Amino acid sequence: MSRPATGGRGRWLLRRVAYGATAVWATSVVVFAATQALPSDPAMAILGGDATPESLARLRLDLGLDRPLWQRYLDWLGGVLTGDLGRSLDSGTDVATLLGGRIANSLALLLLALSVAVALALALGLFAALRRGGLADRVVTSTAVSLQAVPGFVVAVALIVLLATTVWPVLPAASLLEPGLSPFAQLHYLVLPALTLVVAETPYLLRQVRSSVVEALESDYATAARLRGVPERRVIWRHALPNGLVPAVQATALTTGVLLGGSLVVEVAFSYPGLGGALNAAVGARDIPVIQAAALLIAGGVVVVNLLADLVTVLLTPRLRTGES
Amino acid sequence: MTLLPRDRQVRAGALLTVLVVLVAVLGPVAAPYAADELVGPAYGAPAPGAPLGYDYLGADVLSRVLLGGRSLVLTTVCAAVLALLAGATIGMLAAWTGRLADRAVLWCADVLLAFPHLVLVLLAVSMLGRSRPLVVATVAVTLLPGTVRLARSLTLGVMRQEYVEAARLLGYPRRRILFREILPNVTTPLLVHLGAMLTWSAGLIAAMSFLGYGVAAPAADWGLMVNENHGGLRIQPWAVLVPVALIALFALGVNTLAEGLGRTVARVEEER
Repeated sequence: MSRPATGGRGRWLLRRVAYGATAVWATSVVVFAATQALPSDPAMAILGGDATPESLARLRLDLGLDRPLWQRYLDWLGGVLTGDLGRSLDSGTDVATLLGGRIANSLALLLLALSVAVALALALGLFAALRRGGLADRVVTSTAVSLQAVPGFVVAVALIVLLATTVWPVLPAASLLEPGLSPFAQLHYLVLPALTLVVAETPYLLRQVRSSVVEALESDYATAARLRGVPERRVIWRHALPNGLVPAVQATALTTGVLLGGSLVVEVAFSYPGLGGALNAAVGARDIPVIQAAALLIAGGVVVVNLLADLVTVLLTPRLRTGES
Repeated sequence: MTLLPRDRQVRAGALLTVLVVLVAVLGPVAAPYAADELVGPAYGAPAPGAPLGYDYLGADVLSRVLLGGRSLVLTTVCAAVLALLAGATIGMLAAWTGRLADRAVLWCADVLLAFPHLVLVLLAVSMLGRSRPLVVATVAVTLLPGTVRLARSLTLGVMRQEYVEAARLLGYPRRRILFREILPNVTTPLLVHLGAMLTWSAGLIAAMSFLGYGVAAPAADWGLMVNENHGGLRIQPWAVLVPVALIALFALGVNTLAEGLGRTVARVEEER
């Protein structure tokens, strides 16, 4: 195998970033199109039938409905690129200020849930892989399969009943975060929502880790290492685990979207003041600027995370690092 | 066919699914009261004649449970089947046509994949309304990218097989190759994928109802019941627990069935 020039890798990187950029742009088109797809007069739809003609006219002006669609899109896009997300139709506050604190809250929740889920998935996945076929493996795997199917809000309700209201009430059922205080300083509000996300996220990751570690343990190079007399412990730590990590990184990234969608439901279920909760409330109030900003942030975030995961995968996999496909 | 009942996982999944579907489909016949009939105190505890108590308005919980499953089961199945048909068609055609069309389809799928399913459905339903066909269509669209990608890669795999190559060299018409050679060979994995989609579709539709954007009150719906009675969890847990349990069992049953069938198919292919 001849190693191609490093230019191959650079070009691959550039292409991948460009692809990600076009995807982010396309999500902005989808978001804008979706929020402009109101069947009738948007102002009427937002304010309802009993609105006065003056307020309707004012809202139409606010929404820029007197200008053509493409111009409104470009204005909005220009605003987004310069950090101006517009004003909330509901409260009149600047969307960036409205969402800023909530983004931080959501990130705190996601980071907490993700780190616990990844650690759990690695530990349990490895545990199951090393005992593959045995009782412990079957219990872990079938529990994961079952939990994977259960919708997030069902888990949330179950945890509320178990740990907040009925069976053993030790935690708050609603996460009424003190604004201005770091979410991590009020950890008891984070436990239940984070736990819900962990229950939703871990099973899939765990199964990915398990199957890739099993594959590595049964691979030719692991057998060869054993035949050379390499101790099993070393086979596991040097060969199986690193190879099990690569798909885990990809799986983590692939589930970011699932996690973000799941966090929306979880934030609503626990009244957690995050981005998903804000999007849900904005959808209820037809607060278009907030809907646009929140949806774009979520979708853009997913694209960026997937991009990063691809880069990490390439760096972790020697075979891919050379730029060959 | 003889394989079907033998696998324990398949049997358990099928049993669970059939039970929940029976409650959903036959429930409306057995419901003692109408969905919007107020027959007791708000959040009233279980009493004779109302074994599950009353909900936040005073409607009979048992009646609403029996009435509230049909919409979930129906929309779930419709959305998943629609996604399968559309996704398989687009994916197969993309792989078959190749070149620009193929890359355009892939790119669109990638863009759609960037949106968490729920966000996309929420965007569509909030703007266009919550009519049943619209919910089915938007849920199907969110499930489309995965199906398209799967159908495309399966088709590409089959197209590399010798028998397709042979059919092509023999000058068979394209349509014949597509329907006679390729379609039968991608059907099984796509049907297994349908099982997974049913689980996602059930979760999505139940979540939409839970958020309050699904079936509109006063009609009964399991997800909506959780939304409505969430506040009374401390006083009247049954109005939340029973619908939540049924949603969980439905998703669980369908998923177990799908996983079991997938495993059976894989085993059969291995034995071949």
